[in-house]
Amino acid sequence: MSSWGWLTEGIAAYNWRFVARVVVKAGLLFVLLNVAHALLEPMPLIGRLTLHNHLLPGRARLPYGEHPAAYNLSVDSLEAMFATHEISQPKAADEFRVLLIGDSATWGVLLRPEDTLAGQINAMAYMLDDGRTVRAYNVGHPMLSLTKDLLLLDYAMQYTPDMIVWLMTLQSFERGRQLDAALVQRNVPQVHNLIVSYGLNLDAQDARLSEPDFFERTIIGQRRVLADWLRLQLYGVMWAATGIDQFYPEAYTPRANDFEADLSWLSYALPQSLTTNELAFDVIAAGLERAGDVPLLLINEPIFIADGENSELRYNFWYPRWAYDAYRVLYAAQAETYGWRYLDLWDAIASDEFTDSPVHLTSQGMRQLAEIIGTVITDF
Amino acid sequence: MTLLDIGIFCVGALLYAAFCPPRWRGWALMIASVIAIYWLQPTLNIRFLDFWLPTLTLIITLLCWLIVRQPEGHEPYLGREDRLTSGVVIGLVLALAANRYLAPEVRLTPSRPPEITTVILVLILIAALTLLVTRRWRDWPRWNQVGIIALVLLFVVIKTEPLAQGISSILRAGVGQDTSLASIVDIGWLGFSYVAFRLIHTLRDHQTGILPALNLREYLTYVIFFPAYTAGPIDRAGRFIVDDVALPKLHGLDAARITEGAGRIVVGLCKKFVIADSLALIALDATKAEQSESVLALWVLLYAYAFRLFFDFSGYTDIAIGIGILLGIRLPENFDRPYLKPNITAFWQSWHMTLTQWVRFYIFSPLSRSLLRRRQRPSNDVIMLICHLTTMIVIGLWHGVTWAFFMWGMWHGLALFGHKLWADRTRAWVRGLGERPRLKAAYTVGGVLLTFHFVTLGWVWFALPDVGLAWSVFVRLLGLA
Repeated sequence: MSSWGWLTEGIAAYNWRFVARVVVKAGLLFVLLNVAHALLEPMPLIGRLTLHNHLLPGRARLPYGEHPAAYNLSVDSLEAMFATHEISQPKAADEFRVLLIGDSATWGVLLRPEDTLAGQINAMAYMLDDGRTVRAYNVGHPMLSLTKDLLLLDYAMQYTPDMIVWLMTLQSFERGRQLDAALVQRNVPQVHNLIVSYGLNLDAQDARLSEPDFFERTIIGQRRVLADWLRLQLYGVMWAATGIDQFYPEAYTPRANDFEADLSWLSYALPQSLTTNELAFDVIAAGLERAGDVPLLLINEPIFIADGENSELRYNFWYPRWAYDAYRVLYAAQAETYGWRYLDLWDAIASDEFTDSPVHLTSQGMRQLAEIIGTVITDF
Repeated sequence: MTLLDIGIFCVGALLYAAFCPPRWRGWALMIASVIAIYWLQPTLNIRFLDFWLPTLTLIITLLCWLIVRQPEGHEPYLGREDRLTSGVVIGLVLALAANRYLAPEVRLTPSRPPEITTVILVLILIAALTLLVTRRWRDWPRWNQVGIIALVLLFVVIKTEPLAQGISSILRAGVGQDTSLASIVDIGWLGFSYVAFRLIHTLRDHQTGILPALNLREYLTYVIFFPAYTAGPIDRAGRFIVDDVALPKLHGLDAARITEGAGRIVVGLCKKFVIADSLALIALDATKAEQSESVLALWVLLYAYAFRLFFDFSGYTDIAIGIGILLGIRLPENFDRPYLKPNITAFWQSWHMTLTQWVRFYIFSPLSRSLLRRRQRPSNDVIMLICHLTTMIVIGLWHGVTWAFFMWGMWHGLALFGHKLWADRTRAWVRGLGERPRLKAAYTVGGVLLTFHFVTLGWVWFALPDVGLAWSVFVRLLGLA
């Protein structure tokens, strides 16, 4: 076959010397490339290379997903995540850029991009007195950790926001789970920097924050990251073709309304008084400091309030009443003490507008929340 | 074949090349192929079926060999080497059945095989049948036709959803499983499409007297040769046997052969596991077709499907050819840059070439000869139309007996006929283009683009199982929705 001539013809006969030379050269090249990769660490640079916002439209939310039908996947490179996001596009002259930071509720589990908080605020086309139009960007990411939120906020500041809205719930405050998010564990240098710069009450030597060793920085060690980067670009084609970026099941298990007579909350088996040291308020303070002059609105996001069995003990599957009430009192006190702009919307949305978790809203529920937050943004 | 399968085959092939004594090479290939057809068979939902289907492949192959064998001196009994082969195969099947007693991690079979006593009973039954055939009815002249018809019927049954579902239901009832879950997926008989074509080829060639003499080991190795078992190419027995006979003379660790084989495997791996598997993420399928929001997007998905199909299939072929080269068997080429061909006839001479050669030899040519010999024969154009349509519809239905594959066959059959008419009427004009190189180049480029897009549009029928959906996608692609 003529197309194989380069391999099978041209040389009188391959011999083992020739084979040995090829193997040695290929081996050396392979080792050299791996060593160069480990020394130069080009992944941040590669992460910024993307078809999104150029050949393909930018994504409306950060990459996240494990289901092939989502046409999306979880990546941990901040560069790749933001490069594919529509926030990487140049800011329009009449744009009032608002970053929405938060967990899966902000990201919009079970919601189409246009039904998320950012999508609904944009659909309402709020305009400021100076003529600028509010343009909200969904920078939420489905993990419950304020440190993860801070990491994203820190990176997103390069996109010159005019305002930041940070939505959160008690589950993200627990100090023990701050470093649990994969995104935190795979961006160790940045997290270390945040811990040091803002004096966060987190252990920089925690085993979950181990820096990749030399082998892990080679091409072999980074093969999954490279493959994910490539798949993210390919899924971008599907995003452009379908506007789908998550798996929408035909049915889902709704959030529970009846509970056992259980008073525990995460590692707390029984009611006790919570202190500001146990909840990661220092991470919020760091976020405010990082935002600098950019206004930052803190929001305690709406939760599902059950009315079923043992609902006098628990608000929902996540929260016993004692813990959540204590958290709200502490949060309000902290906000007042330090002059934070804080909005407590814990009961702002009716119970039947929650879907599969105590914080995930229906499209209608999200629209109600968008109306509240949109009004606050314009009045800010 | 997974990457692990391919890796093990490659290592096995190199060990074979390095250490296998020359006179044992043919035996090594047969033994490896018998084991491989069990190993490669995916797990099936019906209990023990993933053991019985490869066993049935061996039994059918044996029965076909009994039809085509040409014993010396009309000896009705099996010769010494054939008896030895039978013994080795039976021993292998029993050894594989004994995998029942091994832990799942070390089993060579996809799931736990049936009771060994059941396997022995079945083998005794087959042996009795074999003896009966060889002693009583060996000289019956209709065995070839019976064999071909039986294979075609079996093929139709497993490729037709309602029939396969019925078989699944019967088998499920037989082993006490829920019959309401019966599905065509239950009868996932790996490699049978290719095995059936090889067997029909030998039966037909035996009928016409052009099949070379093959002993059982050679015949079995040819039919189930493991590198080509799952995705071809479809070799011809006469060509295969030349390499098989030459195996003892093969220089085991020949640098040129090893380099060529390894090169083909590496290229195949890149095509299949890098390019094709990446394109698979965005290749057209029923779900994506329904979700797609624009015509442009549909075209992108369709292009991705077209290239994915090529790189997947030709990648597998490269791997099969590469492993074959390492083992000393030079399998035929299956692809020759098909998307760069200037017309549909040239495309079909370069896409899945071994299949198209097979259908040309066993369907197109006999059918056209038969029509030409008729007393009241139709016009040449009508004969060409009938032959092209029949041939391409058979190729379509070979992939599965569905309306979508039928439409795909029609699509290409009509195109081949149309191109024949066009070529006949423009031959002189095209010949004249030799003096006008620019116009000739433009004509060729235009032909390549037209052919590629025609073939790519045809993949819509291939990619989407539902004809209604395929038609709606078709209409949208052409901007007619």
